[in-house]
Amino acid sequence: MPRVKTRDFGVRAVGDRVFNLTTLAMALMILALLGGLTVELFSHALPSIKAFGFGFLTSTDWDPTTDLYGALPFIYGTVVSSVLALIIAVPLALGVALCLSEMAPAWLSRKIGFLVELLAAIPSVVYGLWGIFVAGPWLRDHLDPLLAKTFCFLPLFQGPQVSVSMLTASVILAIMVLPYISAVCTDVFRAVPSSQREAALALGATKWEMVRIAVLPYGVSGIIGAIILGLGRALGETIAVAMVIGNSPQISASLFMPSATLASVIANEFVEATSALNLSALFELGLVLLVLGLGLNIAARLMVYGATQRRFQKPT
Amino acid sequence: MADNKMSARDLRAYFHKVEALHGVSLGFAANRVTAIIGPSGCGKSTLVRCLNRMHEVVPGATCAGQVLLDGEDIYAPAIDPVQVRRRVGMVFQKPTPFPTMSIEDNVAAGLKLNGIAVSRAERDRIVEESLRRAALWEEVKDRLKRPGASLSGGQQQRLCVARALAVEPEVLLMDEPCSALDPISTARIEELLLELKENFTIIIVTHNMQQAARCSDFTAFLYAGNLIEFGETKQIFTTPARRETEDYITGRFG
Ligand SMILES: Nc1ncnc2c1ncn2[C@@H]1O[C@H](COP(=O)(O)OP(=O)(O)OP(=O)(O)O)[C@@H](O)[C@H]1O
Ligand SMILES: [Mg+2]
Repeated sequence: MPRVKTRDFGVRAVGDRVFNLTTLAMALMILALLGGLTVELFSHALPSIKAFGFGFLTSTDWDPTTDLYGALPFIYGTVVSSVLALIIAVPLALGVALCLSEMAPAWLSRKIGFLVELLAAIPSVVYGLWGIFVAGPWLRDHLDPLLAKTFCFLPLFQGPQVSVSMLTASVILAIMVLPYISAVCTDVFRAVPSSQREAALALGATKWEMVRIAVLPYGVSGIIGAIILGLGRALGETIAVAMVIGNSPQISASLFMPSATLASVIANEFVEATSALNLSALFELGLVLLVLGLGLNIAARLMVYGATQRRFQKPT
Repeated sequence: MADNKMSARDLRAYFHKVEALHGVSLGFAANRVTAIIGPSGCGKSTLVRCLNRMHEVVPGATCAGQVLLDGEDIYAPAIDPVQVRRRVGMVFQKPTPFPTMSIEDNVAAGLKLNGIAVSRAERDRIVEESLRRAALWEEVKDRLKRPGASLSGGQQQRLCVARALAVEPEVLLMDEPCSALDPISTARIEELLLELKENFTIIIVTHNMQQAARCSDFTAFLYAGNLIEFGETKQIFTTPARRETEDYITGRFG
């Protein structure tokens, strides 16, 4: 019997080692990919980094005719459009997810869930077209005047109303990230154990109170995870944004004005870059986008970690 | 048994089309402990869950018949199940503290519901009193801000008892509250039952015959969805009228 055991152990050890090495190799490959990509971007961006230094990030000039490049309008456009998209999409997505997981009967929930996920299958360029021809003009004619009237004291909603604008881009982005966030949140809510729901109900909670005290707190880290996912998609979305944002390298307080994002300007100018420095500056924009995405991801992860640690294991 | 706090009349419970309770009728005396015993799967949990309308929370679960609380049918169309559950509290078999809430927030969880506003001081008083009643105060009074999930299983179960008591229900349903507890915690819960029955009507499901004999006033024996025998605990355990009851409580069950 000890012999059998030893032999079993030996075979298992070899299997384990092969498995470990394979998975390790795959994990390293991901790292290598990320590293290689960064190095490549960096080396192409080097001329621009040398030419503009740190000022690249703070300058608002983007002028291929004079070969002066600054990334600030695009960083601004990327961050604002993504954050605005999340502000619009997150409450909607939470509503959809709660409806699917708590309210709708199973058969209906499956169908609506499928339809929502179908939104994710629509190609970006179709969203872009729809944004140009339908959503943009509609927002300009109906939503913009309403916002301008209601919030006339906010510079965000002042000035001329244009159909290709930051607002249009944010709305399109919101619709595009909605299915991702709501799908993840639906799963998160469904994973809340029924014992937690029953504990709340048995205390005399109404359905909404049950959601508030049992479902949402239990799923909070999952919800933040879903938002990170949506943010990642919004930051990098290119074609649809390039089609509806107006591509104007300016920082304007008004959301009704055209703007541009890191991704959209790269897509727009890449093929017709006028000089080597222009091309290099576009690479640097790519690098900035990569760092921005990574940075936001890390920050959000730290936030989740902090939230869960504080909630679950806080020593006092 | 003139003053029944609750009573079930021809109560039938279904999971989809399958009938799990075949017409159960019995009364639960006010300020007494009634034990429900019977083999696994006989419908004990189903029965107590019908008493505070938790049964219908399970998809596909329905029931028929009447359950009277102070003479009023809790299944009458005009009755809001939320109100029923406020009056008939419940402690589950497995401890279910809210993991993201602190110990005191767990106890106070029910207080915030239904728009009932309590002052900070009032809240603290109720938290302390409930924890004392659940025999947990001494163990947690120095760490009320710590998460409920940081307690041991037995402490968590007493936390759930405190949480159920904090909303001052009239009836307390306990579905095998001691099944995950060590003998000391079990003894505490049993002592607790004796104290609590001064103010509450208690219905407890248990697999532990000694427990039923020790701390209940009345005992109901369920078998395969039928109420086989119901009577004073002393009588059930000394001179059971039915053969099945005797077999079950003496452990000779087939
Ligand atoms: N969610 C459910 N769906 C379908 N049938 C169920 C469900 N829950 C319970 N049942 C059935 O109802 C019957 C009674 O179950 P119940 O949980 O009330 O038994 P119990 O007496 O509490 O058993 P235990 O002592 O093991 O807790 C069982 O036959 C069980 O199979
Ligand atoms: Mg049970």
